[in-house]
Amino acid sequence: MKYLENDENRGKRIIITVIGPDRVGIIAGVTGILAANNFNILDISQTIMQEFLVMVLIVDSENSRLDLSMLKDRLAAKGAELDVRIDAQHEDAFKFMHRL
Amino acid sequence: MLTLQEIMETITMVQEEHLDIRTITLGISLRDCADTNPRAACQKIYDKITRLAGNLVPVGEEIAREFGIPIVNKRISVTPISLVAESSRTDNFLLFAETLDRAAAEVGVNFIGGFSALVHKGITRGDQKLLDSIPSALDITERVCASVNVATTKAGINMDAVALMGRIIKDIAQRTADRDGLGCAKLVVFANVPEDNPFMAGAFHGIGEPESVINVGVSGPGVVKRAVERVKGSDFGTLAETVKTSAFKITRMGELVGRTAAARLDVPFGIVDISLAPTPAIGDSVAEILEAMGLERCGTHGTTAALALLNDAVKKGGAMASSYVGGLSGAFIPVSEDAGMIRAVEEGALHLDKLEAMTCVCSVGLDMIAVPGDTPAETISAIIADEMAIGMINQKTTAVRIIPAPGKQVGDSVEFGGLLGRAPVMPVHRFSSANFVGRGGRIPAPIHSLSN
Repeated sequence: MKYLENDENRGKRIIITVIGPDRVGIIAGVTGILAANNFNILDISQTIMQEFLVMVLIVDSENSRLDLSMLKDRLAAKGAELDVRIDAQHEDAFKFMHRL
Repeated sequence: MLTLQEIMETITMVQEEHLDIRTITLGISLRDCADTNPRAACQKIYDKITRLAGNLVPVGEEIAREFGIPIVNKRISVTPISLVAESSRTDNFLLFAETLDRAAAEVGVNFIGGFSALVHKGITRGDQKLLDSIPSALDITERVCASVNVATTKAGINMDAVALMGRIIKDIAQRTADRDGLGCAKLVVFANVPEDNPFMAGAFHGIGEPESVINVGVSGPGVVKRAVERVKGSDFGTLAETVKTSAFKITRMGELVGRTAAARLDVPFGIVDISLAPTPAIGDSVAEILEAMGLERCGTHGTTAALALLNDAVKKGGAMASSYVGGLSGAFIPVSEDAGMIRAVEEGALHLDKLEAMTCVCSVGLDMIAVPGDTPAETISAIIADEMAIGMINQKTTAVRIIPAPGKQVGDSVEFGGLLGRAPVMPVHRFSSANFVGRGGRIPAPIHSLSN
């Protein structure tokens, strides 16, 4: 998650979280949407928490024309298809809570 | 460096622990809307509210989506109407209430606060007209909230106003009897009322406030409860520290949302109200936090101490997280809006007297209490007087929002639905307070008001 400390692209970064049972095609599904809409992936990490796959992607929205609201809709639709929950939030929601 | 655990903690707070921003409230000064012609005044009020608040709801929804945190309510508070309408040539302020209702509906907010009067030292003619208009205003309008400040530490308690409020509350209950006395849920009687409170029904835009301002009320009893459960059996120092840490995180979200909303609406950011505001949802209860601390039921011996610790730790954590703290800022203990409180009352663990004691150590007061419909007006006034005395002596805000439920007795309950929830009817003392309340005049300000 080191990219969050780099302030160059501050305000343009979005955090995408994927939570659900692990299965084939999750990363492909999410990254496919991101690539098609010109979001640059800065970091991906994943872990297993209480039997669920938890994946967090940090993406740069600088060169994308899709706004956060529309990205959320597309990811949510893909999530429904893959039976996982996918959400996208502005990074400030996390930085503000955990950092001064 | 943000860790995966921190990101997941935030997600869990929102998705499983009911973390939300309870309200962003746009305060609007209506002082420039006064006019001797009441219709002209109301037109100015309508125009100003719809102009300034037109974007409030869309901006709130946009921010909620971007940060992934629900913003439950978008609301408006205005200058106390007793001040705005005082110079209008009319004996009835109902037109003003209807105007507020219409403006609120137009911009899509569910409540608008400020059908209010400040009468802690005395009642002006404008105040009197407003007080007289409250019962019909709360009956006829849907979204208008009223509040009346009847006491301050500096001025003492206006017992004439307290006596009047008992009768007004009874009147509202009768007029809204077909809705279980719902009108009473939209009226708060205050001591030491804050001028920047974002929470309904007591919000208004104080006279020291700017032209317009954004104030934010946070929520999050569920988050605190889970945190308290994780330190089961630990000592009080650890417990207080745990609550502080949770309150800090909750409040940071409020600060972020408030600053963002203010910037997008191009109005100054006022304050974050660091209150723990419960909802009727299971797990989003202040009573359940107290129970998680080790009390079998909220209301038993130890409850006041537990609440004191909780309230203080919330303030300490919240104060660190926000640059400007204001409003009510403390734990709320509304009965009907808190599933744990409702259960405690229904199981006989929590009584009115204990609730009154609890209000000494938290914000705000006897909130959303249903009492039998045949409770005399003087008894309601006496309940208000007790609460006002606590506020006056302890230099804190206290309030009463009480519903003498029409036709209901102890054992019944009233159902308001939504965030207002369900209130079991609580017993009141059967001995009369009428001769006390009937004395008239003011209770003088306490000795420690002489602080200059």
